[in-house]
Amino acid sequence: MGGSKSTSATSAEAEVFSLSASVAEMEAMAKKLRRHIVTMVGKAGSGHPGGSLSAVEIVTALYFKILRHKPLDPQWEDRDRFILSKGHAAPLLYATLAECGYFPVKELLTLRQMDSRLQGHTDRTITPGVEMSSGSLGQGLSFALGAALAGRVDGRGYRVYALLGDGECNEGQVWEAAMATAHYNVDNLTAVVDNNGQQIDGWNCDVMNLDPFVGKWQAFGWKVIEVDGHSISQLIDAFKEAQKVKGQPAVIIAHTVKGKGVSFMENNPDFHGKAPNAIEMELALKELE
Amino acid sequence: MVEEVSIREAYGKTLLELGMENQDIVALDADLSRSTMTRFFAREFPERFFECGIAEQNMIGIAAGMAAAGKIPFASTFAVFVPGRCFDQVRMSIAQPGLSVKLVTTHGGLSVGEDGTSHQSIEDLSLICSLPGFSVIVPADAIETTEAVKAAAATLGPFYIRLCRPKLPLVYSEDYQFKLGKAAMMRQGGDATIIAIGLMVKAALEAARNLEREGIYCRVLNMSTLKPIDEAAIIQAAAETGAIVTAEEHLEHGGLGSLVAQVVAKNRPVPMEFIAIKDTYAKSGKPSELLERYGLTDKDIERGVKSALKRKR
Ligand SMILES: Cc1ncc(C[n+]2csc(CCOP(=O)(O)OP(=O)(O)O)c2C)c(N)n1
Repeated sequence: MGGSKSTSATSAEAEVFSLSASVAEMEAMAKKLRRHIVTMVGKAGSGHPGGSLSAVEIVTALYFKILRHKPLDPQWEDRDRFILSKGHAAPLLYATLAECGYFPVKELLTLRQMDSRLQGHTDRTITPGVEMSSGSLGQGLSFALGAALAGRVDGRGYRVYALLGDGECNEGQVWEAAMATAHYNVDNLTAVVDNNGQQIDGWNCDVMNLDPFVGKWQAFGWKVIEVDGHSISQLIDAFKEAQKVKGQPAVIIAHTVKGKGVSFMENNPDFHGKAPNAIEMELALKELE
Repeated sequence: MVEEVSIREAYGKTLLELGMENQDIVALDADLSRSTMTRFFAREFPERFFECGIAEQNMIGIAAGMAAAGKIPFASTFAVFVPGRCFDQVRMSIAQPGLSVKLVTTHGGLSVGEDGTSHQSIEDLSLICSLPGFSVIVPADAIETTEAVKAAAATLGPFYIRLCRPKLPLVYSEDYQFKLGKAAMMRQGGDATIIAIGLMVKAALEAARNLEREGIYCRVLNMSTLKPIDEAAIIQAAAETGAIVTAEEHLEHGGLGSLVAQVVAKNRPVPMEFIAIKDTYAKSGKPSELLERYGLTDKDIERGVKSALKRKR
């Protein structure tokens, strides 16, 4: 599977990450990332497996097929930006960045430990490849819009991607950002909602009903693309379709399952923010073989 | 071993009890009712519980409107989000009109642990104490939490009660009587005074015990009501012991230390030391590791006392 070939960290030499992976290779990578997530959170003894597992295919498709990025030059000015707004899915982002070569895979096991570069929620000051300090929900779309507008002002061709939780869309700021993105006719930004239907206190519809969700985005001036969020090929098609939308922003509503891939975590709110114990970890890894 | 009890659970159970006694009590939460323990109330009184979703600003507005209409709303989420996420809503919808909204927040301070910077509420006391008319309480154990929550329900006006995530060892017995606005003398002593809040009260008692072995006798005050602060107890401590050390799970600026220093500077200047987080954000780690790294242990308090004593006249 493609990777950055450069071994030097000097920015001029660092190569753009190869996006030649096949769908089958990306599916294998998704499984690998799930194993990392379960192991990292299990070893840390705390963390958020549910919302990390639900977004695995979304992030895999982005990093291995869509984003132009340089793992050995994370600050490359023309890179596409990925903003993880639902910062509790940090284990997924870290695992992906490590597999792309931003830092050693073995560092993943330091998650949440004292002095680790891998904080419980993302911290842009210490982790290579992390664009935004997150963990307080609702702020990522505004941040992404800022990056997109700056790119437009500077005439840079990069695109910005923001991943939001559906529960996160309870926050007013998300809709302030949605309004502003459409107002500025921003078309170099794609939002993705990990629409797993759950948040902490239960199902979205019981906690704070989002429906009509598609209608809301449309009413705010967005082009909406709905996909099966566990289908890599559907996701890739959706990202490519979104790139072609001009004069308005696009949002991909990815229908997903919280805890996807581990039977006893699927749709189980207990595993939103709870680590598997040793036995559960073993069971989960067996399912992910 | 001293028994360790969850102060969040104490809150949840007390709120439930209050709900049984008083029909006007309502509860609100922002998608964290499992963690804040408002869930107990929610289960028993679904018609008086309002799940606001992940929308803290809106929750504050709703709570204020309910208070204006005669309810006694208890609104809960993590301390980092209230007042941080919705400061102006707290300011204009609750503080300015002086409405009886009771904000009870959990996971305060560094001891939230591995979740890291985004979840470590180390500025909340500074923010909330800046608001005129707010009563602010940081309980030291489960027994005091129960008492503080009852006092908030029984007293007119806005309240902020800040709880932490870990279970805490009991520092009080069941007969403890919490008095709003009054510091509690936890230990007598004439050489210096340690004034502490929250989980630092236990550390202060440990420090005082250790220092006594070296012949240094410390008074320990639990300043659980941060606002209105017990000026008389502070002035008395300054006059009688001549040195003061404050200890809190919060940034050095704007919290307990600042409030005490203001009273001391104005009325009875004595040497002071401040056991608090210096001007920095913290990181992920185990609660105990973090408290150690950022200087919030009994040993740090002991050093603080000795340092203040050197400057004592
Ligand atoms: C502003 C804010 N409020 C509350 C929280 C606590 N919190 C963390 S995750 C979460 C639920 C998120 O639900 P969703 O966005 O649907 O994420 P997912 O289900 O995909 O994990 C909550 C309430 C937070 N991190 N930030």
